[in-house]
Amino acid sequence: MSESKMNLDGQDVTFQEGETVLEVARRLGTFVPTLCWDERLEPFGSCRLCVVEVEGHRMPASSCTLGAAEGMVVRTGSDKLRKMQSTLVEMVLSENPGDECPRCRDLGSCEVHDLATEFKVGRNRFLGATSNASMDDSNPFLLRDYDRCISCYRCVRICDEVEADHAITMTGRGWNKGIATAFDGLLMGSDCTLCGQCIYTCPTGALADKKMVNQGSVPGEIEVTRSVCPYCGTGCSINLHSRDGKMIGVTPVLGGPVNAGALCVKGQFGFDFVNSDDRLTRPLIRKQGKLTPVSWNEALDYTASRLKSIKADHGPKAFYAIASGRAPGESAYMLQKFTRAVMNSNQIDNCSRG
Amino acid sequence: MLCVGTNMTECHPIIAVRVKKAVRKGAKLYVVDPRKIPLTQYATGHLPLKLGSDVALFNAMANVIIQEGLADLDYIENRTEGFEQLKDHLVPFTPEYAEGVTGVPADLIRECAIAYGSAERAGIYYTLGITEHICGVSNVQSLCNLALITGNLGKSSAGVNPLRGQNNIQGAGDCGALPNNYPGFQAVDDPASQLKFEKAYGVPMDPKNGITKIAALDHAVDGRVKSMWIVGENTLVTDPDVKHTTKALEALDFLVVQDMFLTDTAEKADVIFPAAAFTEVDGFFTNSDRRVQRLRQAAVPPGEAKADWWIIAEVAKRMESGVHFDYSSSEEVFDELASLSPIYAGLNYDRIESGDLAWPVPHLDHPGTPVLHEDEFVNGKGKLQLLEYVPPSENPDDEYPYYLTTGRRLPTYHTNTMTGRSSGFRILVPNEWLEVHPADAEKLKLEDGDWAKIRSRRGEVMTRVTVTKTSPRGTMFMSFAFPEETMTNDITNPDVDPITETPEFKVAAVEVTRIESPTGFAAEPALRASPGRDH
Repeated sequence: MSESKMNLDGQDVTFQEGETVLEVARRLGTFVPTLCWDERLEPFGSCRLCVVEVEGHRMPASSCTLGAAEGMVVRTGSDKLRKMQSTLVEMVLSENPGDECPRCRDLGSCEVHDLATEFKVGRNRFLGATSNASMDDSNPFLLRDYDRCISCYRCVRICDEVEADHAITMTGRGWNKGIATAFDGLLMGSDCTLCGQCIYTCPTGALADKKMVNQGSVPGEIEVTRSVCPYCGTGCSINLHSRDGKMIGVTPVLGGPVNAGALCVKGQFGFDFVNSDDRLTRPLIRKQGKLTPVSWNEALDYTASRLKSIKADHGPKAFYAIASGRAPGESAYMLQKFTRAVMNSNQIDNCSRG
Repeated sequence: MLCVGTNMTECHPIIAVRVKKAVRKGAKLYVVDPRKIPLTQYATGHLPLKLGSDVALFNAMANVIIQEGLADLDYIENRTEGFEQLKDHLVPFTPEYAEGVTGVPADLIRECAIAYGSAERAGIYYTLGITEHICGVSNVQSLCNLALITGNLGKSSAGVNPLRGQNNIQGAGDCGALPNNYPGFQAVDDPASQLKFEKAYGVPMDPKNGITKIAALDHAVDGRVKSMWIVGENTLVTDPDVKHTTKALEALDFLVVQDMFLTDTAEKADVIFPAAAFTEVDGFFTNSDRRVQRLRQAAVPPGEAKADWWIIAEVAKRMESGVHFDYSSSEEVFDELASLSPIYAGLNYDRIESGDLAWPVPHLDHPGTPVLHEDEFVNGKGKLQLLEYVPPSENPDDEYPYYLTTGRRLPTYHTNTMTGRSSGFRILVPNEWLEVHPADAEKLKLEDGDWAKIRSRRGEVMTRVTVTKTSPRGTMFMSFAFPEETMTNDITNPDVDPITETPEFKVAAVEVTRIESPTGFAAEPALRASPGRDH
């Protein structure tokens, strides 16, 4: 790939062919605000927050849609630009109701309110009507409160570009605008697969994860740990959100090598079986026909002595092991080692035959 | 792209995303599936073949490819053997013959064969719709024939790609949880491999292959197998003919189950070990494209639940076999695996951090192998197989006039032990449904929401009915996610493929009759994701 040079805020910088000015600036750690941008999506250029000044251009240009070019001279943070950006944030805020943002409450922050803090603006200058769009509360996973929608189209685009479902679209104009399914019905029963990816791209509190609701108001730090989805064999990368050693949510790893930031309904919302009340928490031995809780030592000793005598009385082939196709590989490796080296047979299989 | 027996949008939704995106970019997609699955919405053509007639269809496609001069003769010459015999063998497999067996119009078979044969790169993607048949191996080989005669094995965006149904089913095989392979698919009956593992473990290895799980259940019934240790599998619910499996598990002297939940299988156990969940341990999963990826602990196991590897090691130590089982972490277990498995030799926890490496990774500087068979096949030349069409072991007759086929639905994974315990999913799909074509429904006097009794040679179950054109006339569909109400595998077909011993879950002959709503079942909720929406 060819490397070219441009000038950013007085510095000569290199860029790769195909990079946008926004990507170059962000790569170099320059602050450029955005609301309609998501690294998984094609540039859209609707929020205008990422404006920069380009030498030779009469008007500021949106850097997300502006391809970097050889010799281009760009300024990002002039007072004039900051004033434009801060006014834009104020106008966006004016569309939002003033009560507590559910996203800030659940996740600790949201893009719109982070920018309000950054630009030190509130919702006073342009205070007026909000759309009072209705809430669709029919499904178990997605909270949709379009009164907080800022028309960035990120949900519509993620549904189309990342998930290839195209289940929702933007309808209407002005106050009548809204995000709708085909025939304007509820998400349940539409083409929506409830994968929930619109939630995690939404920069406001218009879309929220019902499983994460109110998590932000609980004390304690939320930890994020990268892992792999436990469902089908696709191997999507997921972030596990936990607090005090307990799972509270999942988000896609944006650059996951397989899923590239996409997840399905199971990967996104099907994690809380691990918190189920009916998890087994103690070893059990059947005593007088009844499964009875015992100590680890008792369960392990008992198992070892029973297997020893079965091997002695009936030979190695009287034992059979079935490894799990869902447990980690280390589990399967250990079970085959146990079978081959301790029970001395090849009497092992996994669940791939059914 | 040729997608065969794979209901991808429901079972592998993120792989389906890739397929849908490729279609947008202009790729042709042919879907081969008895049911009008959602993926057909994106397809250039849908070949709704009769259950289990795959070999007839793919032999006919191979025949057309050869007749039309679309075979890659250079590739055939350099990389395969048996082409002349195949050519002769395929003569009777005309599209017209295949139409008679499969029910797919001959012209559509021709169109699909020509599209596949003339594509620069054509990929075949399949799932259990191909393998869960008494002729599962032949089905896969008939797809391999197509790829071999068109030079579609050994380059990217091509190949014959099985989509694995579980997160680590590939990894479990990689690790040697197979009766005929040590870790890394090293053959148990190969003296060099035996020697290697005897040296590594310090004890003699049994030079003979073990038996499969399916055979082991038979051996349990007849008393040859006295004890089983089952880790993380709900065998009782997932295997065909539940009565037989129950008998097998109850006949054992000693059953150990290691699981997160008290499953139906665990209810039969003599000892239960509480296992930690994937969120509570470090480790790895290997996915469908052989990508070895790292799991990391994010949560604390409940109560005294422990990591699988620890439990097995602790039992092993108490058996006083003298074999090394002193591990202090899952990483030590992984390192030992990598030292014994040539395909993992270049891997350690640092190298699998990003999930970018697909095995084989023979050494630490190796970049992984995203495409297999680039220059040659493991066994030298690709053997073209002369395959015959074998009908399913059960076909409709007067007593059992319908086909039953089974599979998963998007929001209910497998036996629902995970999705069923995750909040919200039971709202999407609260119970089982039998999918019935409108013409069959009319004949059986069944309407949406009615109850039906489904009877096979093994037993009978009851469930609600949904009338839909998704399943073709004469073929019903069910999942197996609600065993507490509807034990689908009470009625599925236990006959197996003679080589893999995989049961024919995909074809059973059944009788369906309308019944009055039974008592004791929850009422149907007013709002739900519709499972049999017509596409």
